[in-house]
Amino acid sequence: MMTDLYQSQRAMRQMRRQAMQRGVVAILDVGSSKIACLVLRFDGTGRLSEDNSIGSMAGQTGFRVIGAATTRSRGVQFGEVTAMQETERAIRTALQAAQKMADIRVDHVIACFSGANPRSYGLDAQVDLEGQLVTEAEIGRVLSACDVPDYGAGREVLHAQPVNFALDNRSGLIDPRGQLGQSLAVDMHMLTVDAVAIQNIVRCIKRCDLELAGIANSAYVSGVSALVEDEQELGAACIDMGGGTTSVSIFMKKHMIYADCVRMGGDHVTSDISMGLGVPASVAERIKTFNGGVHATGADDRDMIDIGGDTGDWEHDRRTVSRAELIGIMRPRVEEILEEVRSRLDAAGFEHMPSQQIVLTGGGSQIMGLDGLASRILGQRVRLGRPLRVHGLPQSATGPGFSSAVGLSLFAAHPQDEWWDFEIPVDTYAARPFKRAVRWFRDNW
Amino acid sequence: MRSIGAARALVIHRRKLPSGPDAGFEDVQPEELNVQPKVRLRGARLFGRSARPSDPAPSRLSYRYQRWMLTPGIRLGVRLGLPMVVLAGTLGMYFAAEDRREAVSAYVSDLRRSIQERPEFMVNLMAIDGAGTGLAQDIREVVPLDFPLSSWDLDVEQIRDLIAGLDPVKSATVRIRPGGILQVDVVERQPIIVWRTRNGIELLDETGAHVDTIAARSDHADLPLIAGAGADAHVGEALEILKTSRSLGERVRGLVRIGERRWDLVLDRGQRIMLPVDRPVRALERVLAVNEVQDLLERDVAVVDMRLGQRPTIRMTKAASEDWWNTKVTVGNGQ
Repeated sequence: MMTDLYQSQRAMRQMRRQAMQRGVVAILDVGSSKIACLVLRFDGTGRLSEDNSIGSMAGQTGFRVIGAATTRSRGVQFGEVTAMQETERAIRTALQAAQKMADIRVDHVIACFSGANPRSYGLDAQVDLEGQLVTEAEIGRVLSACDVPDYGAGREVLHAQPVNFALDNRSGLIDPRGQLGQSLAVDMHMLTVDAVAIQNIVRCIKRCDLELAGIANSAYVSGVSALVEDEQELGAACIDMGGGTTSVSIFMKKHMIYADCVRMGGDHVTSDISMGLGVPASVAERIKTFNGGVHATGADDRDMIDIGGDTGDWEHDRRTVSRAELIGIMRPRVEEILEEVRSRLDAAGFEHMPSQQIVLTGGGSQIMGLDGLASRILGQRVRLGRPLRVHGLPQSATGPGFSSAVGLSLFAAHPQDEWWDFEIPVDTYAARPFKRAVRWFRDNW
Repeated sequence: MRSIGAARALVIHRRKLPSGPDAGFEDVQPEELNVQPKVRLRGARLFGRSARPSDPAPSRLSYRYQRWMLTPGIRLGVRLGLPMVVLAGTLGMYFAAEDRREAVSAYVSDLRRSIQERPEFMVNLMAIDGAGTGLAQDIREVVPLDFPLSSWDLDVEQIRDLIAGLDPVKSATVRIRPGGILQVDVVERQPIIVWRTRNGIELLDETGAHVDTIAARSDHADLPLIAGAGADAHVGEALEILKTSRSLGERVRGLVRIGERRWDLVLDRGQRIMLPVDRPVRALERVLAVNEVQDLLERDVAVVDMRLGQRPTIRMTKAASEDWWNTKVTVGNGQ
C-alpha cells in the first residue's frame, strides 16, 4: 500500500513535469461553496532582473494567470464530493470558462480540497550514514526509515514532507545534501486523508478528460499564499474559513507542521440565518454578505433589513429584521467555529510556538468585525490575510476567498520536496553485500 | 430601509448622467436632462436569452467540442485548412468539365493577346546601324520578320545570335527602342589580309575569321597575301612577319604556310626566305640585317634557309652557281 501510494504520487509528479514542459496547467480549488479555476502559463522567467537584485519574489514569478473562472459549487459538502455528477458539471463549467478566457486548451490539473478529515502525524527517523557524505540516496533512505504509524485502512497519505534534518548533533538543517557526518535524522510531517474523498475527486477530474498533475490540501496551500514569508519562518497559523469547512494549518520554518479541519464554515452561518429568519438560503446568503457582522452596536437596533418573501401574502412579504437580530444569529455560530479552531490549535500545541501569529483568510473571513471577535477567542495577534499577488490575477480573484487557489498556483510553480521526490532505496543490504563486508573489515581491524 | 426582495413594480431605467470628478453639470445639454424614463416590465427576460437556469453547466458534448476547438492544431486546421479544402474542392468541381476549362483558357489567352497587342508594345520596323548595304540586306534576309509585331513575341536574344552568326559580323547588339523600332547595331569585320587557297581567294580579318570571298586578288591589291593550308589560323603571326618585312618594300609577294607549321616569305624574282617554326620574326630580322650590310637579297640568291638557327643556308640560282664553278675552274687551271 505504501509503495502503491509512492508510485501514484511519483506518477503525478511526472505529470506535473509534463505540464511544465507544455507550459500550461490549470489550478482547481474544489470548495464547498465555489469552485475556482485558474489557468497558469509558465514562461520560465524566474527572475525579474538580470543582476539578481530583485530575486524570485518568493516564488510567485515564473508563471502568469491567463484564465480565471469561478462557479457555484454543486455536490460538494464539507469539502468532500457527495454528488459526483453535479461536481463534475461544476468543474466543467469553471474549467470551460477559464479555458475560454485563456484561449488555450488545458490538459493538466492540479487540484486542492479541504475536507476528508485531514490528520497530521509527526514522524522521525535516524540512520547511520554509509559513507561520510549525505547524498540524495541517503536522504531517501532516512525518509523510508521513518516509522509510519498505523493510520488506519481507507486513508491515504496526501503530504509527507521532510520538515527538519539533523546531522549528528546539528539540527535545523534545511538541505543536508553534500554535508559530512555520521548519522542523519529527519522529522517528517505526514498528512493523511480519507481515501474515498481523494478517489472521488480524481474520478471527477478524469471524467472531465483531464490529467491530474498534483493534489494538495487546501489548508496547506492557503497558508502558502496568505502567510507572508516571515510568518511562515517564525511560526503562524492560517485559518481558512471556507463555506463548508474551516481549515487550520500551522507553519514553522517555512514548513507546514500541522493541519486540521473543522467541519463548519460560512454555509452553516447562512443556514442559521435561513432557519432563524425563515428565508430561503439565497436570501440568507445575501443578507449575510451585505449586512452581516459579529459586533452589535446601538445603531444596529434601528437598522432594519427588509427580508422579503415570495408568498404573495403582504404581511409575510414585508417582514423586516433589525441588524442586531441578525448579528445575534450569526455571532454564536462564528464563535462556535472559532472555539473549535481554538481547541484544534490547543491540541496541536500552538501555545508553545515562539510566534503565535494567526491569519484569518478564506471567504468567511470577510464577515465584518471578525478580527475583533477572533482576537478575543484565539489570541491577540490576529490579522486578516489576503492571498499574495501574482501576475495576471484578475481583480475579482484577489479576495481572501481565493487564497487557496493562489496558494495552489504557488505550489504548482514551486512544490515543496515530498517524500516521493526522493528515490526509494532498493534494499541496500541485498544490493551491496560485498561493500558492507569490506566496510565491516575496515571498521573492525 | 433597504429592499432585498423582488418588488413587482415597473422598473424605471434612466440614462446615466455624467458623474465623477471630471463631470461638470454645466456641460450637460438641457435636452439630455429631461429624458423620458423608460418603463420595462420585470420578468420580460423570462422569455429572453437569460431564461436559462442561472448557473448553466456545459453539456459534455459542448465541453468536449470547445476543448477540441481550443487545440492549436485543430484551430489551425479550421482557420486555414478548411477554407483551403473548400476552395480546392470548388475549383476542382468547376474545372472538372472540359468546356469550362476551355472557356477559361480561351478567356485567359484572349486577355493576354489584347494586352500584348496594345500599340505601346508593337514593333514596326527594324533599323540596322553599322552595316554596309550588302550586309544589311543579308541581315534582313536572315531575320525574316513581318512587322508590325508585338514585342512579347520577339526573341531578341535569338535574333542577336542569328546576326552575330553571320560571317562579316564581328558583334551585334539588338534592342527594342522606344517608338517601336527594333534597333540592330552591328560592328562589321574589317578585311585585313587576302588568303589564297585552292578553292578561291578569301578575305580574312585580324583574327583569321572569314569575311568574304572575292573573285580576283587584284580587287584588294592593297592587302597583303598569304597562302597555304592552315594559314588562316595564324594570321596574327603572318601580320607580324609582314610588318617586319616592310623594309623590303615592293619586293614582298606574300607569305606561304608550309606544311601547316612554318612560313616562307616569298619575294619577287622567285626568291624565298624559309623561316623556322619558332620565332620566325627574329630569323627574318637576321636576314634583313645581313641584307642591309651585304645586299644579300640583291644578289643571285634563290633561297635563304633560316630553318636551322645555327646554320643559315643560302641556295644560289643555277646560273650563279655555274658562274661560280667557272670562276673556280679558271682559277684552278690558271697556273
